[in-house]
Amino acid sequence: MALTNDRIKERLITKFGDQVSGFAEPYGMLTFEAPKEINLKVLNFLYDDEELKFRFLTDLQAVHYPDQKGTELAVVYHLHNLADNVRIRFKVFTDMNKPDVYTATGLFSGANWMERETYDFFGVNFVGHPNLKRILNVEEMDYFPMRKEYPLEDQTRVDKDDEMFGRG
Amino acid sequence: MPRPVSYNVNVKPLERDISLADMPGGHMGEGFFATSLDKVVGLARKNSIWPLPFATSCCGIEFMATMGSHYDLARFGSERVGFSPRQCDLLMVMGTIAKKMGPVVKQVYLQMAEPRWVMAVGACACSGGIFDTYSVLQGIDQVVPVDVYVPGCPPRPEAIIDGVMRIQDLVGKESLRRRNGERYKALLESYGIQ
Repeated sequence: MALTNDRIKERLITKFGDQVSGFAEPYGMLTFEAPKEINLKVLNFLYDDEELKFRFLTDLQAVHYPDQKGTELAVVYHLHNLADNVRIRFKVFTDMNKPDVYTATGLFSGANWMERETYDFFGVNFVGHPNLKRILNVEEMDYFPMRKEYPLEDQTRVDKDDEMFGRG
Repeated sequence: MPRPVSYNVNVKPLERDISLADMPGGHMGEGFFATSLDKVVGLARKNSIWPLPFATSCCGIEFMATMGSHYDLARFGSERVGFSPRQCDLLMVMGTIAKKMGPVVKQVYLQMAEPRWVMAVGACACSGGIFDTYSVLQGIDQVVPVDVYVPGCPPRPEAIIDGVMRIQDLVGKESLRRRNGERYKALLESYGIQ
């Protein structure tokens, strides 16, 4: 019997009850969220279970929602079941003022650099990460660029004519 | 109304089978030729420039095309491209330089021996190009002094060759004492290079 989204949803609700919520299927990929305290429990469950077998971490990123006060930063995990070719998305929301999320490096070694990138661009502090420092930006940078309040453009240019670029 | 396109259809006939560099002006006699040293040195240097291709992105591909046989850069004396700054004269920075890469470019420039020239190929090396962001260095002239800028995104191989020819002009006409002069020292000071 193929692993369907309904079966995954059923197994998750049986195990975690009402802690997992927000089930949606954009473009056929099951998406759900859980509080950040149990993110490792959910990841471990999805990894160890012999029916679910989500053993490949495809992507780990963050999204900044400036309007949702209290849950501004979302850490998004994309997992993949290689045996049955099923993908799933798991979101964990956290507050901007205290962006601590448990690290997934114990489970997936690939999460190491992806969490460093997420820290570099969004400021999410991964608790227990072996080497959490900036990976793609300059080490002396003191802000987190992908947050929505910071502009894309380099602020030190003086010769760019804003009118021509639609920003005047 | 689109701009009328102009094609370069002036075919230049081949003057001779083997082209040699022109002799510098001087006094010729029976068995001797007298000219000034910087003309001879300039002639020798400009026709044997060894470039260091610091190819980062798309402009690097255009450089690869320039070094290929169709647009041959080797006929200008750049037969041997070295990837070691200790052995090269011309640092060709081709491609987008991120802010994290800036100190690396500076380090490579510092390792080059005098006389050295720098050519910024492509829009990204000249001024940041279309990448006006927090992570891209807006022009390598923020870290190293540049002699020739080749605009384009990417510049055609003919444009890169034109840049090399202008470098050749600069090399041929450079005075021998330029690198020890006050102006050059002030230029390097402004970049923080001793």
